[in-house]
Order: sequence, then structure tokens, then C-alpha cells
Amino acid sequence: MSHATQDTAVRTGRIARTFIYLVLLLFALFYLLPFFVMLANSLKPLSEITGGNMMALPQDWTIAPWLSAWSTAQIGVEPTGLRPYFLNSILMVVPAVAISTVIGALNGYILTKWRFRGDTVIFGLMLFSCFIPFQIVLIPMARMLGLMGLAGSTPGLVLVHVVYGIGFGTLYFRNYYAAFPTELVRAAQIDGAGFFQIFWRIMLPVSGPIAVVNIIWQFTNIWNDFLFGASFADLDSMPMTVALNNLVNSSTGVKEYNVHFAGAILAALPTLLVYIVAGRYFVRGLMAGSVKG
Amino acid sequence: MKRASKLMGTVALGLLTAVSAQAEDVEVLHWWTSGGEAAALNVLKEDLQGQDIGWNDMPVAGGGGEAAMTTLRARVTAGNPPTAVQMLGFDIQDWAAEGALGNLNDVAAAEGWDAVVPAALQAFAKYDGNWISAPVNVHSTNWVWANKAVLDELGLGVPSTWEEFVAAMQAAKDAGKVGLAHGGQAWQEATMFDGVVLSAGGPDFYKKAFIDLDPEALGSDTMVEAFKRMETLRSYVDDNFSGRDWNLASAMVINGEAAFQIMGDWAKGEFLNAGKVPDQDFLCFRVPGSEGVVTFNSDQFAMFNVSEEGAKAAQAAMAASIMAPSFQSAFNVVKGSVPARTDVPQDDFDACGKKGMDQLAEAAANGTLLGSMAHGHANRAGVKNAIYDVVTAHFNGEFSAEEAAEELVNAVETAM
Amino acid sequence: MTDLRTRFQDWLPRLVLSPSLAAVLVFVYGFIAFTLYLSFTDSRMLPSYDWVGLENYSKLWGLRHWHTAIANLGIFALLYITICTAIGLTLAIFLDQKIRGEGLLRPIYLYPMALSFIVTGTAWKWFLDPGIGLEHTMHLWGWESFEFGWIKDRDMAIYTVVIAAVWQSSGFVMAMFLAGLRGIDNEILKAAQIDGASNWNLYRRIVIPLLRPAFLSAFVILSHLAVKSYDLVIALTGGGPGRATELPATFMYSYTFTRNSMGIGAASAVIMLMTIAAIMTPYLYAELKDKG
Repeated sequence: MSHATQDTAVRTGRIARTFIYLVLLLFALFYLLPFFVMLANSLKPLSEITGGNMMALPQDWTIAPWLSAWSTAQIGVEPTGLRPYFLNSILMVVPAVAISTVIGALNGYILTKWRFRGDTVIFGLMLFSCFIPFQIVLIPMARMLGLMGLAGSTPGLVLVHVVYGIGFGTLYFRNYYAAFPTELVRAAQIDGAGFFQIFWRIMLPVSGPIAVVNIIWQFTNIWNDFLFGASFADLDSMPMTVALNNLVNSSTGVKEYNVHFAGAILAALPTLLVYIVAGRYFVRGLMAGSVKG
Repeated sequence: MKRASKLMGTVALGLLTAVSAQAEDVEVLHWWTSGGEAAALNVLKEDLQGQDIGWNDMPVAGGGGEAAMTTLRARVTAGNPPTAVQMLGFDIQDWAAEGALGNLNDVAAAEGWDAVVPAALQAFAKYDGNWISAPVNVHSTNWVWANKAVLDELGLGVPSTWEEFVAAMQAAKDAGKVGLAHGGQAWQEATMFDGVVLSAGGPDFYKKAFIDLDPEALGSDTMVEAFKRMETLRSYVDDNFSGRDWNLASAMVINGEAAFQIMGDWAKGEFLNAGKVPDQDFLCFRVPGSEGVVTFNSDQFAMFNVSEEGAKAAQAAMAASIMAPSFQSAFNVVKGSVPARTDVPQDDFDACGKKGMDQLAEAAANGTLLGSMAHGHANRAGVKNAIYDVVTAHFNGEFSAEEAAEELVNAVETAM
Repeated sequence: MTDLRTRFQDWLPRLVLSPSLAAVLVFVYGFIAFTLYLSFTDSRMLPSYDWVGLENYSKLWGLRHWHTAIANLGIFALLYITICTAIGLTLAIFLDQKIRGEGLLRPIYLYPMALSFIVTGTAWKWFLDPGIGLEHTMHLWGWESFEFGWIKDRDMAIYTVVIAAVWQSSGFVMAMFLAGLRGIDNEILKAAQIDGASNWNLYRRIVIPLLRPAFLSAFVILSHLAVKSYDLVIALTGGGPGRATELPATFMYSYTFTRNSMGIGAASAVIMLMTIAAIMTPYLYAELKDKG
């Protein structure tokens, strides 16, 4: 797909290439192993699993667990499956990722190309903010959301995720833009380009790979967040992870492992889609083009 | 409902405004999300809908209600509490002490709760003499589940003393089976410990140690004996026990791979789900040596403070529906537990359910209905978890029985 | 006129940056201050404002499994960060060699991040369980002497947590390095090659130093993940066998919410943050200074 635009200067011999492919495939195998366990078990009837055959392929193939996880499994008092919660999650995750990517890009741009006294300290403060344990955030954040009238709503959740995404977004973009030649920005400035013009015309076009990294990171974290979703959502903004957790984590009920695995894979599909779609923008050559142009 | 909950938020902030038209809904925070549990709760929902009371579902599962309790704290702090919340044991009392719970005295008086709910349950459902929550069920933890075919094959009956129980596990082990199916998680070990302490010391000792937290009892020779019995149990558990879910341990008994499992009555659901019939395929009996005593935990619905009359009426209606004998029967038949009131007809219950109901009534009358340590009905969460730490460390071989008893005294003291 | 415009342009960056800074100050540093305050109070189920001085701290250090949690974090963080960085960098460099099927391999390396560990933990738990997983399968295949029971072993269980954690996030580290590699100007590499540098030297002397900002990102991300590892432990070992795989994050959650000892939970959070600050500040200072 994206190889046409790739251009690497490094040349490798045949033996080295075989070795490289071998290593890459071995790791692919390592990454896929647990997925095999999940997929195989999601296609078995429950009795086969509790019968002790967790590692084997199904003897009786069935897609019933998938159907159940999607539309009939018990999430609360009503057997709705995971289906209704997807929309809640998407309504939360899309604005949150978009906003925090824009903020991250702007911050990174400012901290590398518009330096001012004290900017390193500000960056340090933002960086260290990544480490705040979410457990201590919960209670004061609930109070703040209550005061702002955002408790139990999707905008409230978006706010929380954007706030705690600032640190990482800034980190990625700053470290990426740091390698970008500042002379180009200065030259554009002399040509009379303003702050936003430079950002738009010069920085954004080269930001593909790092935007991918940031989107993957934010999307994954926000999509998979449970603690904030469970604490700050209401019944009509409850995200998918809370639903998945309800499906999986019953304490004294019968555990339907096959449905759990099917549900987990279903819940991960949007993220996987983002990886594949966004991955296309991992192309080499953007940078060189911009430098020449 | 969103409007209603926002409203409650504003009220909590001290800005009193107009009454919402949708106030007659209840928002229910609970963690009953697995098939049977949720289906059982649906009975309640439909009952309320029949009375024109809407049900706004807010399920948060995980950790036996721990996740839901975290959610609850965030909701209350935000000034947006749910109307009714599923709660266990001391959590109810703690929230009542914060002044966050409403008063159910009127319903309780009208429906005569005082007469039918065992005193041991009332200790949790009342605060300062006022009813604050409606108990749904009573689970009990000192049960043993056995595969009848395995026992028959080995020529064993139901063991009636600890020694017979040990001999039966030995016989199973000799026959190449696993004596005791067990999942190595702290709460599962603590669940066994409930029954084992009773078998070693009897109800009075249990009360002294776990409810009164008497350091002398906690460090006594009887406690050492209880830990030694845990070591005996440990020797009949297979090598791969640690981290195993309790469901998979039950599956080992169901499949005939293991002879016994010590687990609360929710385990029955796994047996029934696998198409097994009580007394024919599997047996349920009390941990040998603990007969006559029932260690319980009880799920209740606590009602949070609301100011509007409409919402109060909805809460009262919900509480009344929960305590209705028809709901108590319908719910508990599905859940595997027994009703929280002792006058519910037994017709719909299976053999184990009937046995549980009789024993509950008997224990309630004799004063041997005791709160389960493992499930937070003997002491507060801090102490419970401190005991967990010692029990699980000992079971995993970190302490000898003597050291464990000593450590137990320290751990409880620190946590108090 | 131009003067005003220039002055506005001068202030614009700071203006754009200020909402982020304000949010971080309130929602991060404000909350940290609040936690610091709570750690000196007798807060249990909900925050309370009764001052108890250092009592929570002395209780905390008296708890055996707080010590276990700290020691575990040391082992875990060290191994996890090193292994993830090594694997991530290797895969990124290999994947940058015009690999056929990169579009297929990349999502395979990345997908573990997408799965919620609530469920993946069960798959790993089974896979690592000697009775049903890898060991059992090897025995079935005829390798009778194969043994792999770390997850059941008090001293080894923490390493299984490392394996699962590396599995989950090394793919993302790969993506970070790949973005860095793809951001390097090819002209530099070509020039070096014309000078006759071997591939090995090319990477060691030129590429890896150019990736320094990516290393910083990777280090911050990985140490953050190590410190916050919670789901992983809960799903994989539940902190067991016994309490052998307890980490500070599980400890903190358990004391703040499960055990209703918010004061002790807050104290442990403060200690954690202080430790992180002590480790990160010198590193960040060195990293940021020579660019400034």
C-alpha cells in the first residue's frame, strides 16, 4: 500500500533480509498467540472450555457467542449486548482524540518553534503530569464536574480525557518537531507568514507519522478507559468498556468465557480499524518533499 | 432522567428549583450483570413498571461490587447520587453514617419488616433504629459442593465431622482425583476460612475472633488449629490452583475431576447451568463441623436521600416490591441464594434451596446466623482485607500456622 | 500598525499555550496538592479534613505488602522498560527495510494495545497456567520434561506480568520509533553511505542518535505505563499468589477504594509521585537542558 512512497537509503544483503523476515515473523507469532487463544475459545460452546480444552481448536464450531456478545448478552437488567454502547463510546472518543491531537500539535509547535523564557519548565510540568495516578483524580474530578454541571455527560468525559491527554500529545509532537529544521520556520516568518499560517502550511504536512502515533495512543487509551467511564458517565453516556466489564466481571454469576472473548474482540474492532487506516500515513518521504519544496 | 439527576445535583448544591416531571423514576446502581442475576433483577424492574415507575439502569460490575462502590463515591461527590444502590454489609452503615441515606420506616412499618427479617440482617439494614435499606437475599458461605458420582464410586457418604471430611478427600486423592477443587484468590481462601474457623472453634469463637476482633481469640490455639486445617485443605488441592476462577474450580467438581469444593451458594448456579440436579448429580452440605451455623452475606438496596415527594414515593414502592414474598422467591430461585425474609413459601426452590432456607430460619432462631468475614459482614472493609492478606499468605506457604495467628493479631490491630 | 501586529504575533504562541497550562495546573497539580493534604487527614470512605499528621505515612511503611509492591515495581519497571525499548527499536528498524507486508505486520504488532486487558488477562492466565496452557500443550506434544509454572510461583510470578506487559505495549514503542525513523531526512543517510559507512555504523552513529527524542518519548510512556500497571496485574494474577505480584497502583486503588482507607491511599500516591519526580527530574533536566 504505502511502499511506493517509501525510500530508504539502507541496502541489505539476502542473508540479512532472510534473517530480518524471520525475526519479524517470529514476533508476529508471539503477538498473535493470545489472540489465537481468544479467537479459538470464542468459537466454542462453553462446555468445551470448562471441560478443560482451552488451548485446542473448537470441536464444535459455533458463532453463537459472537451473536450473544453483540446483541443479546446481559449487560444490565436488559439483554442488549454490547451494541448500544458503541455509539456512546464513539461520541466520546472522536471529539476527544481530535481535540487532544490539535492541542498536542499546537503545543509541540509552540514549544519548539516559538521558544520563550520558561518554556522548558512548562514542558517539564506537562510531561510530569502524565504520571498522575488516576486513582487520586477521581474524587476531586467528580467534584469539579459537578460544579461545572458536566457530571454524568459525554462532554464531561471528553473534557476529562482531553485534559489528561495534554501531556502525551505535547510530548509526542514536541519531540517530533524538535528534529524539524527551525530555519524553515524562520524563513517563512521573514516571508511574512503568521503563526497559524506556518503551522498550517509547513508543520501539519510533515506531521503524518507522529499524528498517527498520537491518534493511536489517545484513541486506545480513551476507548479502553474504564475508571473514568464508570465514574463520570450516566446511563445514557456509558461507554463500551463499562459494558464490556459488566459482561465479563460478574462476581457470583456463571462465567461465559466464550462470550467474554467474543465481546473483547468486538470491543477492540474500532481501535484495530484505526490502526490499519491510520497506519497508511506512516509514509517516508513527506519530510524530504517538504524540505525540497 | 438526565434532567432529574442534574436536578438532584443542583439541589445538592443548594439551589432549589422546580420539580421535574420525570421524578417518578428510580436510577439503580448495581453489579448484577451476569445472565441469571440480571434476569432476576428484571423481575423487579417489570414489577415497578407495572406501577408506572421507570427504571434507569446503571450497572457497574467488578470485584464483587468494589467497582460500583467507587462509582458511587464519584457520583455522590459530584452531587449526582443514584436513587437506589445495591450494597453489602458495612458499606450501608458507612453511608448511613455520612447521612447520605433516606428513611424507609413508613414502608417497613406498613409491611411489617421487623417481624420477618432476621435480626442479624436488621443489624445492617437499620441505622440508629431506622430502616435504611431493603435486603434482597441471603447468601451463605459455609457450603461444600460435592460430585455425587465420585462419592458413590469411592463408597463415601456425606462426611459429618472434620475427620471424615479429611478422610474423604484422602480417598479421592488415592483414587487419582483432586480432593478439593479450589481457586487461589484471596477471597476464595477467605471463604474457606469462614467454614474452617467455625469447624475448629464453633460459633462463639467465630464471633469473638471475627466480629468482636478479640486479640486473644485471634491469636489463640484454636486459631492456630484453624490455620492447621487450612494447611490440611491445602494438601488436597492440585498444584495449579493459584489464580484460578472459582467457576473453573466448580467445573472440576462438575466434571468429576475433583470431589469437593468449599464455596458460597452462588456455586449452585454453575451446577444447574451444566444441567446437574441437586441430590442426584451433586450434593450440598455445610462444612463438616459447622452444621447449625450459617455465615451469611446479604445484598441490599439502600435508598439515597431525595427531597421530592415523587421520588420518595418511587423509592418506597421499590423497597416494598423488593420485600414482597413473590419477588423474594422469584429472585432467589434464580440467584441460588435464599430469601431475606423467613416467611417465603419454599415451593419453587430446589433441594439445596430448601435446605438453605430451613437452616437460615433455624440459625436465625438460635442466634447462630453470623456475618461472613470473607464477604464483609463481620467487619469493615479495612479489617476484612487485612485478614485476607494473612489468610492468603499462609495458604501460599509464607507463614506457619503459629506465625499466621500471630500475624493475624497484628494485621487486624493495624487496620482497626 | 506593523508594530502592533508583531507584538500580537509575539504573544499569540503564549496565548495558545495558556489554556493547556491552566488545565494542567488545576487538574493535575491542584489535585496533587489536594492528595497531599488528604494524606495528612484521617479520610476513610470519603475525604475528611481532620488532621492526623504523619500517621498515615507511618502506617504505610509498617505494611508488609507496601514493601512488596515497591520492590515489585523496581523489578517490573526495569525489565519492562528495557525489553520493550529493545524489541520496539529492533522491530522498527527491521520494518523500515522496505518490508513486504509491512501493512499487515504493523497492525499485528500493535493490536495487543487495542484489547482491553480485562479479558486478555484471562487468555494469558490460561496460556501461562501449567495445567491447561503452554506446559500442558508441550506435554501433549511429547515434550514431557517441559516446565513453565512461573505464574504459580511466588518468586517468579512477577516475571509473567513482565511478559504480558511487554506483549501489550512493545508494538506501540515500535510505532514510536518507526515514526522517528520515517522523520529522518534520507539525504543524511545517503551522504553517510557515500562516505562508506556500514549499515551497523550507520545506525549506531547516525540513526540512533537522531532518534534521541523518540527515546525520550518511549521512556516517559513506558515508565508511565509501568507505574500505572493495574488492569494487567488484576486480570493476570489478581496480585497473587498470595500478595506476591502487588504493585503500587493496585495497592493505591485497594487502600483508597476497597479498604476505605483514603488517607493511606493518598500517602502511597504521594510517595509514588515523589519517587517518580526523583527519578524523572534529573533525566528530564539532562535531556532538555542541552537543547535549550
